[in-house]
Amino acid sequence: MNLFLLFLSAALVNNFVLTKFLGICPFLGVSKKVETSLGMGAAVTFVMGLASMMSYLVYHFLLVPLKLEYLYTVAFILVIASLVQFVEMVIQKVSPSLYSALGVYLPLITTNCAVLGVAILNMQKGYSLTQSIVNGVGGAIGFTLVMVLFAGIRERLEDNDILEGFKGLPIALITAGFMAIAFLGFQNLIK
Amino acid sequence: MKALQERLKAGIVLDNPTFVQVLGMCPTLAVTTSAENAVGMGLATTAVLICSNLVISLLRKCIPNKIRIPAFIVIIASFVTIIDLILQAYITSLHAALGLFIPLIVVNCIILGRAEAFAFKNKPLPSMFDGLGMGLGFTTSLTVIGMIREILGAGQLFGNNVMPESYTPAIIMILAPGAFFTLGILMAILNTLKAKKH
Repeated sequence: MNLFLLFLSAALVNNFVLTKFLGICPFLGVSKKVETSLGMGAAVTFVMGLASMMSYLVYHFLLVPLKLEYLYTVAFILVIASLVQFVEMVIQKVSPSLYSALGVYLPLITTNCAVLGVAILNMQKGYSLTQSIVNGVGGAIGFTLVMVLFAGIRERLEDNDILEGFKGLPIALITAGFMAIAFLGFQNLIK
Repeated sequence: MKALQERLKAGIVLDNPTFVQVLGMCPTLAVTTSAENAVGMGLATTAVLICSNLVISLLRKCIPNKIRIPAFIVIIASFVTIIDLILQAYITSLHAALGLFIPLIVVNCIILGRAEAFAFKNKPLPSMFDGLGMGLGFTTSLTVIGMIREILGAGQLFGNNVMPESYTPAIIMILAPGAFFTLGILMAILNTLKAKKH
């Protein structure tokens, strides 16, 4: 039950994009079409789950025994960068069709701060291995949900008559602001 | 000297990282709840930018082209760790307020972007000035956003009351939605001004 609450909290209440401001770059950059945002979301979910697991293992079985905890930033970003590279190679070998669907997004994930963010949050909150993975996957699903919703709104915005100065990014940011207000509604869901 | 001035002007005005290049959006939205946090974040990023640009520029002939990105990331992450520890030791309150976003300076695209676009191709001194210019540009825009949000959302500026007693703070401005609204409206204003100029 606790794991379910953790999942719900990561996905909705403390949504990575709209409450914690993690992963804003892909959120604004790859959300022009619903299809591409779904692809990005799937890739991020995959990498975030794996990254939560790997960074937990690296922290508890490498950094802690060596008393090098302060190097966590360097260690985690290296884990994530090599993980992304590795995932890219495996997918290319195992499922070329998935690779051609996700291919473009995979390298972008290294600099998605949601991935590094979740690894550091898991460590700071002292989550266990299972809790870390649930938090990572939950957060990524919340990211995907928000991104797909946002892409749907942006697709409709395309045909609207918007004030010249507000076209493009400004109106997208204001839309995101309204979505953030909607997500504030989840705030008291979990005490 | 003139070339160096140009780097500063490019960073602060012409290629402003936030409003022109639209990079580093996560810290821009997350830590601008008050002007003080915004300045702190901006200066921490500036320090990392100057150091990483300098080291990457010095090592530009030793780093093989193929593994340059991982090399950049390790250099940047090391400086971020140093800044993180310094802030934790000397400015504890700021360290607590910025929290997660200090280690996340590593994935701020401005820093990796400047390493790739400038420091890897230029001499150390211009690279340092490029870092300084871009960092100050980032600090300026963060501070502007932070000031607007703090005045409207808390009625304060750098922690001092500036609004009349009768002003009721619009809490929404220091919550998450306020960040999106402020940045969106500022960008719309800049776009309109730019369109008028042409």
